[in-house]
Amino acid sequence: MPSRVEFREDRCKGCLLCTEVCPTGIIQQSSRFNQKGYKVVEITPEAMKECKGCAFCAMMCPDFCINVFTTKQAKGGKK
Amino acid sequence: MTQEIRVTNYPEVLTDRPTHYCPGCHHGTAHRLVAEAITDLGLVDKSILIGSIGCSVFIYNYLSLDAIESPHGRAPAVATGVKRARPDKIVFTYQGDGDLASIGMAEIMHCANRGENITTIFVNNTVYGMTGGQMAPTTLVGQKTTTCPGGRCRENEGMPIRMTEIIASLGGVAYAERVAVNNVKNIMKAKKAVTKAFEYQTKELGFSFVEILATCPTNWHMTPLQANKRVETEMIPYFPLGNFKDVLAKEEK
Repeated sequence: MPSRVEFREDRCKGCLLCTEVCPTGIIQQSSRFNQKGYKVVEITPEAMKECKGCAFCAMMCPDFCINVFTTKQAKGGKK
Repeated sequence: MTQEIRVTNYPEVLTDRPTHYCPGCHHGTAHRLVAEAITDLGLVDKSILIGSIGCSVFIYNYLSLDAIESPHGRAPAVATGVKRARPDKIVFTYQGDGDLASIGMAEIMHCANRGENITTIFVNNTVYGMTGGQMAPTTLVGQKTTTCPGGRCRENEGMPIRMTEIIASLGGVAYAERVAVNNVKNIMKAKKAVTKAFEYQTKELGFSFVEILATCPTNWHMTPLQANKRVETEMIPYFPLGNFKDVLAKEEK
């Protein structure tokens, strides 16, 4: 089941608490700066395929800037 | 057929506004836990927040609740007045350790001893954060701050105060627990504790108290990740986590 993580880069303060709790370790600090001058975190498109949608990162984030989406099978569907 | 669903649901009480806290500060997580607990219990329309002085002074900007800002340390006194005037409302205070354990010690002790039916969320980061990192009553022995540059010394300044243990020993207290928010497991436990504290107020059992161990990376002179580790290695051994008083649990036994 592919999952997706969205970061609100304008809110990220680059504390990196999310990088440590991610069980797959796919969150990294990028080289981009946001408007406030913090280096934001990112997940590369290839690494995103490993995301399990556990939302540990969102639970840890003190600035509420992570949104996690996951896909779910509709009722009755086989695939 | 598949459909995309959103895993994270931030409660509406939490306003969509960037916080003024330093990177890695646990105040944001504590705000979210309070917001989630109030939303889960359906208390949004009847909660009154009593703010305190400290870094959390602007909490009324981040939680869209009716709020009163109280003088330094006097949040429990203001909350007492509010609760006695409007007993149908849910009243809670959100205080830091410089506010609650130092200047507000008398207020919190007598408020707890009288068994006022309010909830106190106490965020303990072992330092005065807002004013620039001075020593607080909860500063750990050996910790360097701007007013004890050689580290807190037991002979001169005494030992750090364990607030939850003191509060739990008072008569009017219904619930006292110490939690941390340094990892996902502890955050889950913290959410349960905060929810329980509000639940006890709705049941009118007495004073409920939750201490949240938090970091202050700026005034500890550490990175957020190092500060998070310090909670585990230095704070939790001195401030043990767990429940210290629960009136309902006693009745069950």
